[in-house]
Amino acid sequence: MPMTKFKRIIKGGFINFKRGGIVSWAAVLVVTITLCVITLIILFQAVLHFSLDQVENKVDVTVYFTVGAPEDQIQALKTSLEQMPEVASVDYTSADDALALFRTRHENDYPTIQALDEIGENPLGGYLNIKAKQVSEYGDIANFLQSDNVLSLNSASIIDKVDYNQNELVIDRLNTIISNGQKLGFLITLILIIISIIVTFNTIRLTIFISKEEIGVMGLVGASRMHIRGPFMIAGAIYGILATIITLLLFWPATLWLGHNMTAFLGINMYDYYLASFFQIFTILLLSGILLGVISSFLAVRKYLNK
Amino acid sequence: MIYFNNVSKIYKDATALLDITFTVEAGEFVSIVGHSGAGKTTLTKMILAEENPTDGTVFFESINVHKLKSKDLTKLRRRIGVVFQDYKLLSNKTAYENIAFAMEAVGKTEEEIASDVPHVLELVDLSHRVSHFPHEMSGGEQQRLAIARAIINQPELIIADEPTGNLDPVNTHEIVQILKKINDLGTTVILTTHNRGVIDSLNKRVITMENGKIIRDTKTSK
Repeated sequence: MPMTKFKRIIKGGFINFKRGGIVSWAAVLVVTITLCVITLIILFQAVLHFSLDQVENKVDVTVYFTVGAPEDQIQALKTSLEQMPEVASVDYTSADDALALFRTRHENDYPTIQALDEIGENPLGGYLNIKAKQVSEYGDIANFLQSDNVLSLNSASIIDKVDYNQNELVIDRLNTIISNGQKLGFLITLILIIISIIVTFNTIRLTIFISKEEIGVMGLVGASRMHIRGPFMIAGAIYGILATIITLLLFWPATLWLGHNMTAFLGINMYDYYLASFFQIFTILLLSGILLGVISSFLAVRKYLNK
Repeated sequence: MIYFNNVSKIYKDATALLDITFTVEAGEFVSIVGHSGAGKTTLTKMILAEENPTDGTVFFESINVHKLKSKDLTKLRRRIGVVFQDYKLLSNKTAYENIAFAMEAVGKTEEEIASDVPHVLELVDLSHRVSHFPHEMSGGEQQRLAIARAIINQPELIIADEPTGNLDPVNTHEIVQILKKINDLGTTVILTTHNRGVIDSLNKRVITMENGKIIRDTKTSK
């Protein structure tokens, strides 16, 4: 019997949707708008994160060593840095490599190269290029380089300078911008989603308001709450499923256009991102659409099922 | 079967029922008459627990209907068939589906629905309207459909609240005859009306109401 009841509820939902006609499609349209807002937010977040990652990747801390610093001490420092949880990568450029790089960079600068040749020996020291996992963690790495741990490795004497102090202001500002950017993005997302949910909820409530009296009659002929509510909730789920399909179809050509024309501006190929994240976006939209439809219907019918 | 014990219903600025006490036995046909606003509809709503009394109690057999929980109230309502003046059919369902819905509500199988619905539609002379929606039917047809829906689950009680209020004399006569036939088959009927002609044609018990009070209770209308 529960299976029969379930089948009746599903069938009732489809009939409600079909016979609702233009009202049902109006509800689908509103849910579609909400899902479009959610998709836009997902794509906007992708651009934001990509841009922030790009900026973050440009930040690093470099430890310059004194000329002739022993290789084993440099390697020991490198190893201990790599073991820090905050550190993403440590690249070592030896004194010889640094000289080669300098020569390549200045190959057209004859006086500089000549001066270098006159010195005879390598005036440059090696250096370590450190990238942190988070911009906010550069401070910790800089503190580590001045700490007793480093002194115990006998490394303090080989460090010529750490450029963190010179970059500190820029890094701090960047850190604030990134953190505020993320907070603002989250806030905008939250506000837009709340507005969309309220609009969708009220539209579905209006579609059910038309059936207000019928809901009361169903109760009077002895229908259980689930028997009354079920078909409305199924119709709500249908709004969500159709809206998901429409939204995905709309964003396919839209991202294709963005991919063709806006990749340079956005820094990310939206079409590639859309295809790569298609399953994830589909799942988010489908769940959001169905939940919105079902919960809105559930709450709207409850209002008229007073007894 | 039905027992009203000193029931009053007082709204903010109006008294709908005042100190109503009466009993309806199983198998009876009781007409409740009175002008508009006399309290007839409020009285029927009390039986269905659509309204709560300000004072007093209403019993359906031994059950105090206003003490029932939602689930038990649903079960009680399945034992009562209701016919309204404005039919209250489900507008987006066909004649067949309107009756099937009431059967589904009490858990009847698809086979039972498929066999009983055509039968009851034939009983109220609506076999030719199976696939029609309520708005495609005349007032008399809609009311006959409402009666078919009310009797399909063989309820113990039929409440007909002004069922002839919107109908012409021919349709009124048909509806009254159907209700009479239902009563002859053993179902208790409570009919509210302000049509004197209907009561005269029935020759059954009449309760007369005025300003929320019972002013007369006669065993026959003549």
